[in-house]
Amino acid sequence: MENKNQDPKIVAFVCNWCTYTGADLAGTSRLKYQPNVRMIKLPCTGRIDPVFIIKAFEKGADGVLVSGCHPGDCHYNAGNYHARRRWIMFHKLLDYLGIDESRLHFSWVSASEGKKFVDVVNAFTNKVKAKGPFKKYENINKEFVING
Amino acid sequence: MKIGVFICHCGENIGRTVDCARVSKAAGFFPNVVHSVDYKYMCSDPGQNIIKQAIKDLQLDGVVVGSCSPHMHEKTFRKAVADAGVNPFLCEIANLREHVSWVHDDMDVATDKAIDLVRFAVEKVKRNAPLKTIQVPVTKRTLVIGGGISGIQAALDVANAGYEVVLVEKEPSIGGHMSQLSETFPTLDCSQCILTPRMVEVYQHPKIKLLTYSEVEKVEGFIGNFKVTIRKKARKVDDTKCTGCGDCMQKCPIKKKALSEFDENLTTRSAIYVPFPQAVPNIPVIDTEVCTYFKNGKCSMCKKVCGRDAIFFEQEDQMLTEEIGAIIVATGYKLYTIDKKPKNSEIKGYGEYGYGKYKDVIDGLQFERIASASGPTSGEFKRPSDGKEPKKIVFIQCVGSRDESKGFSYCSKICCMYTAKHAMLYKHKVHDGEAYVFYMDIRSGGKMYDEFVRRAIEEDGVKYIRGRVSRIYEENGKYIVKGEDTLAGVPVEIDADMVVLATAMIAQPEASKLAQTIGIPYDKYGYFVEVHPKLRPVESSSGGIFLAGACHSPRDIPDSVAMASAAAAKAMVLFGSDMLEREPTIALVNENLCAGCFYCKKVCAYNAIEVKQIFDRQGNFVKEVAYVNSGLCQGCGTCNATCPSKSIELIGYTDEQIYAEIAALM
Repeated sequence: MENKNQDPKIVAFVCNWCTYTGADLAGTSRLKYQPNVRMIKLPCTGRIDPVFIIKAFEKGADGVLVSGCHPGDCHYNAGNYHARRRWIMFHKLLDYLGIDESRLHFSWVSASEGKKFVDVVNAFTNKVKAKGPFKKYENINKEFVING
Repeated sequence: MKIGVFICHCGENIGRTVDCARVSKAAGFFPNVVHSVDYKYMCSDPGQNIIKQAIKDLQLDGVVVGSCSPHMHEKTFRKAVADAGVNPFLCEIANLREHVSWVHDDMDVATDKAIDLVRFAVEKVKRNAPLKTIQVPVTKRTLVIGGGISGIQAALDVANAGYEVVLVEKEPSIGGHMSQLSETFPTLDCSQCILTPRMVEVYQHPKIKLLTYSEVEKVEGFIGNFKVTIRKKARKVDDTKCTGCGDCMQKCPIKKKALSEFDENLTTRSAIYVPFPQAVPNIPVIDTEVCTYFKNGKCSMCKKVCGRDAIFFEQEDQMLTEEIGAIIVATGYKLYTIDKKPKNSEIKGYGEYGYGKYKDVIDGLQFERIASASGPTSGEFKRPSDGKEPKKIVFIQCVGSRDESKGFSYCSKICCMYTAKHAMLYKHKVHDGEAYVFYMDIRSGGKMYDEFVRRAIEEDGVKYIRGRVSRIYEENGKYIVKGEDTLAGVPVEIDADMVVLATAMIAQPEASKLAQTIGIPYDKYGYFVEVHPKLRPVESSSGGIFLAGACHSPRDIPDSVAMASAAAAKAMVLFGSDMLEREPTIALVNENLCAGCFYCKKVCAYNAIEVKQIFDRQGNFVKEVAYVNSGLCQGCGTCNATCPSKSIELIGYTDEQIYAEIAALM
């Protein structure tokens, strides 16, 4: 489906307890933000497999946002620490994968930070907008199709 | 699979910015969607009937509802779906209100986004598995953290219903701030007179285990099945022997070195002490910071005079573990100290008011102690600097509250009322005294509250001045209060003998640490957060953990007591049945694939992964695989992301489901 007015496309992987609820709070507080982010709710950022992020880029995302509970606040005690460790390992591989590191943003947004959620989304949307569409994987996919 | 899509207008809440008809029409073209409608109130009875009827008529086996946040009505719709014979876990919610209509203005954009979200939900529900809720047993015991009026009320309510309670208080005595107060608004009854009988009731209650001078160290487990580790700090006094005679305190040579916490630093206390005469339990504590024995071993006067041999210098902290089903958090508040910029704080402080510099510029709780019959002046109005009766007192409201630039943006709620009370108590005792109150507005909502403030103004002649104070300085033994009367539009200068600052109520400094220990959310001020501000105001988002009193937000005694009783009722609801239902979103191991590396075991925060041995038909050992204990697994999915062979999966959030959601983006 073509959503021309909603480029760039941003996928967000968020945890149910902090960031998803924080986004709910942004809604209840009627704070407005840019409409480009599509959120995929997971129980915890610990559930995020780095492959999800690559997959999102492969499927056409121009940016990926990962957000969960602040360190120490995880509903499941330590899931966000695992997410953070994976991120530290993973972000070094992004260059190898041909993805500009700045297309991926990692942040902590708690359930009471509706305003912060809005700020994070707006800032990241502007950043990705400025970078333009992410074409690399699309081109590879096309080549793949043409060459069989 | 036959999926039905139901789009809710939520009155106009969604319909105003999302073209619901267009969403339901677009959803009708999604693969597997056989039915798609929109309706004004899907959560209403007729709305739910639309879903139920469609399930029956069209034999739907999957449902997507586009409505408010799943945190709001997921349960409602799951139940409706279940009533119509479809497994409740084959119902998914697309959040079209909090995440779309309320946050975007442009109808086209919002509608496009809404269609996307519905598509995600359809893709997800296609891959949902029918699940059954898990049953777990409930331990019918409650832990109450905090022994102020909220904790006391909650503990008594639960205990009187016949369930056991463990009450943990970090100070040597229960009673909290209420025990420090003189008289309470709007009835002006003596605070201690109404509180101390309840404190004694707690102490004597056969169902309440009281642990004072103790703190919660660790909370493990989950709703209905918590294991709590409590640190019982060393009193250095054997509480089984002590009779509370008080000889030790009288003989303690240190009388002037330690400031009395109970009297808000207006008086001093001995090194071995009970905070106040009516303390419960009436067993002293040795303050090892000031005690000579603990400094250089030279004094042991208390040990010598104790007839019961109860002084126990070698006593150490004890760790206790308790099995608990529900937790009520009632840790209360602190008053904001306004003298200078507090350490590690963004708050700029109110140095211009001279708190900490001038002895007669005090805060609300210090005034309570001066006004209290049990206080340092036995209830006579004497100012701290020279003991003279103040003839002119200025009260300043909203110091730190409702002040985004220097303090906190919130209203502390109780100050309007207690300032009126303070001024009244003063005028009742010092008839020729003058009381001035600087205020921003008077917020006196509550039963008999506004009448109370009117009484202070009309009957007792307290002078209210609307405006802020810019500066206080000392001149010839007087405190010159410079402010503005914004109603008259003139500057005001008052030469006061004493100034009382109604400083902001703040969360306990350790509140965020405690929140992390027990696993509940807190806001930027350190106040604990409820699940829903209107409909679930006493529950935290962690199951089985409830909130009571000023640890949640600034509130007065009646509000705190009401909230405590509500929290107690919520705990008792849990205890109403022997088994609890839990969400079945837990991890499951594919034993054929599992290579037995046990990385999952290493990352599991709940010790839910066990080692299972597989044997062949002849009984020969084949391999070890991971096994998930469904009673312990909380469904975070960290194991799923960690597993190198992808042989452990979180049901409801499988890789396949998430890939499908990602793919639906295109």
